[in-house]
Amino acid sequence: MLMKKRTFLAGAATALGLTAMATGAALAQDDMTKVGFIYVGPINDGGWSQHHHESALKMIEEIGADKVEMVYQENVPEGPDSERAMTQMALNGADIIFSTSFGYMDPTLNVASKFPDVKFEHATGYKTAPNMAAYSARFYEGRAVQGTIAGSMTKSNTIGYIASVPIPEVVRGINSAYIHAKKVNPDVEFKVIWLYTWMDPAKEADAARTLIEQGADVILQHTDSTAPLAAAQAAGDVIGFGQAGDMAEYAPSPRVSSIIDNWEPYYTSRVKAVMDGTWESHSVWEGINTGMVGIGEITEVVPEDVKAAALEMKDAIAAGEYHPFTGPLNKQDGTPWLAEGEVADDGTLAGMNFYVEGLDGEIPQ
Amino acid sequence: MDVSAINPVLLLASLMVAATAVLIAAVGELIVEKAGVLNLGVEGMMITGAICGFAAAVTTGSPTIGFIAAAAGGAGLSLLFALLTQFALANQVASGLALTLFGLGLSSLIGQGYVGIKPPPTPELDIPLLSDIPVLGPVLFSHDLVVYFGLALVAVVWAFLKFTRGGLILRAVGENHAAAHALGYKVVRIRVLAILFGGACAGLGGAYVSLVRVPQWTEGMTGGAGWIALALVVFASWKPWRVLLGAYLFGGVTVLQLNLQAAGIAVPAEYLSMSPYLITILVLVIMSADRSAAPASLGRSFHASQ
Repeated sequence: MLMKKRTFLAGAATALGLTAMATGAALAQDDMTKVGFIYVGPINDGGWSQHHHESALKMIEEIGADKVEMVYQENVPEGPDSERAMTQMALNGADIIFSTSFGYMDPTLNVASKFPDVKFEHATGYKTAPNMAAYSARFYEGRAVQGTIAGSMTKSNTIGYIASVPIPEVVRGINSAYIHAKKVNPDVEFKVIWLYTWMDPAKEADAARTLIEQGADVILQHTDSTAPLAAAQAAGDVIGFGQAGDMAEYAPSPRVSSIIDNWEPYYTSRVKAVMDGTWESHSVWEGINTGMVGIGEITEVVPEDVKAAALEMKDAIAAGEYHPFTGPLNKQDGTPWLAEGEVADDGTLAGMNFYVEGLDGEIPQ
Repeated sequence: MDVSAINPVLLLASLMVAATAVLIAAVGELIVEKAGVLNLGVEGMMITGAICGFAAAVTTGSPTIGFIAAAAGGAGLSLLFALLTQFALANQVASGLALTLFGLGLSSLIGQGYVGIKPPPTPELDIPLLSDIPVLGPVLFSHDLVVYFGLALVAVVWAFLKFTRGGLILRAVGENHAAAHALGYKVVRIRVLAILFGGACAGLGGAYVSLVRVPQWTEGMTGGAGWIALALVVFASWKPWRVLLGAYLFGGVTVLQLNLQAAGIAVPAEYLSMSPYLITILVLVIMSADRSAAPASLGRSFHASQ
C-alpha cells in the first residue's frame, strides 16, 4: 500500500516533467494526442513493464514527439487502485490509455464506460467495449520454441517452471512448453511453482533455487525479474530463458534464448488510428508472424542441431504452417481434447484453464 | 506427488538463507523497541541498505565494503527518524511510515544506474573439516559470513539485554523513561543510539537480499520483508530467541512450501502460499500466551521538561 503512493507521486512528477518538456519543445498542447500507459511494475524491471515502456517510447519516436504526448504510471497494483489511476489519466485529457496487465481488465472496462470519448486498450485480456480494445501476444508460440530447446537440453529430464498468477496466459505457456519438450524428450518431467506475483525477486530466487535443488537443470520463468537467471548462474550447469525481455546480460549461459515482447508496431498503429479518427474496438492476438513475439538469439551453448530444430519451428509457426496446439492432445485427466491434426481454436486458448496430459499437479483456481 | 524429491539437508540449508535478512532486521528493531521507540520505517531502511550495499559492492568490488555501506546507509536514514522523534518530538508512527515512503523513493533514485548489474559474489565460508561432516556440514557450516553474523547477533543482543548494565539501562529507558531520567540516564542519547543500531541492522538485512539472496538490484526488491520483521518482534514478545525462532519458522515454511509445490503435493498452491504467514503468527501467538508485555514507554515521546 505504501509503495503505491510513493510511485504514484514519482510517476506524477515524471509525467509533469514530460508534459513540461513536451510543451516547451513544441506546439500548443491541444494539438497533441495524449497517450497514457499503466504499468504493473517499475519501468526498469528488465522484463514486462520495461518492454511496454520501451515500445511506447519507440512509438513516440516513430510518430514524432511534437504530435504525441505520453503520460505513464508505474507500479500500479492490479485491482481497484488501477481504476483510480486510469480515471486520473482520463480526467487529465488522455485520448487513449493502454493498461498493460491482465488484472486491469475489469477496472479498464469500468473506466471505459465512464469516459466514452476516451479510447482504452487492454493487454492480455479478453473483454472489450465500443471504446475498449483488447490486444495480446501469442506468447505460447515462443514457449513452443523454448520447450523444444529445454527438452533437448535437460540432462536430468526435470524442467522447473516458475509460474506467476494462475490465468489462461500462464497456463497456455506451461502447456505449450511441456508439449514441445515432451515431443523431443519423452522422459521429460515438469515441476511447477506458483508464486502469485509477477515480480518479487526474492521469491523468484527462492523458487529457482528450490527447483534446482529438486533436480531441475532447466528453469523456465513466467515472472519478470532476472533473479531466476542469477540463481541458475550461481548453481552452475543450469540454463534458463529471458522472459518478456532479452535479459542478454546473462548470455550466453545461463540465458540461452528468450521471448521478447515487441509492442511498438501495435502501439504506433493504434495511436495513429486515434489521430486519424479511424480507431475501432477489436480483439487481436498477434504472434511470431507480426513480430509481436520475438525469439531472442539462441546462444552457442545450445548444440547446432537443437538450435536448427528450434529455428525451424519458429519459422513454421511464423509461416502459419504449424500451430503449437495441434492434436492429438488429451487433457490432464485423459479426456480427449484435440483429435489428430486438429488445431485448438482461439476461444479455448483464451480461456485455457486445464493442463494437458502428462503434467502433474493442479492449477490453482 | 514425489516428496522424496525434497532433500531435507538442502531444505535446512536454504532455510537459513531465506531467514537471515528478516532475522537481522528484526533483532535491530527489537533493540529499538526495547528502548521505547517504535520505528515503523524498517522497510524503508532495509531497501536503502539494499541499494547502498549494492552500489558500494559494485563500485568497489568488495562485498564486505558493501555490507558496511549498507549498515551506514540504514543508520543514516534512521538518523533522520531520530532527529524527528527525539529532538523535534514528532509522532513516531507517522515518522516511521514517512521513513518507509522516503526510503523506497530514495532507493529507487539511487538505484537508477544499477539495474541489470551483477554484484561481486559474496564468498561462502565452507569452514574446513566442519563443512565436510555429513548432514550437519552443509546445513550449518557452509554459508556466507552474514548467516553466522545473524546468529551471533541474536546471542549478543540476548546477553546484552539480560546480563549487562547497559542492557538494564536500555530496558529501564524503554519501560519508564521518566524514572530513568530521574536516575540520571540520558534518555534521548540512549534512544538515538538504539535507533542507529536498528537502522544499521535493517540496512544489513536489506543488503543481504540484494547481495546474496537474489543477488541483483530491483526497485522495491525487499518486498515487505521489513513489515515481516516488525511483526516478528511483536509476536515474539520482544524476546531475541523467539525472534530467531520466528524468523527461521517463517523462512523454513517459505522454503518448504516452494518445495512441496515443486514436488507436486496435493495441497492447493494458494494455501501453501499463505502458510508461512499463518504458521509463524500462530506459533508465536500461542507462545506469547505468557502475557509478556510490550515495553511500557513504547511509542511515547520523551522530553526532560515533561
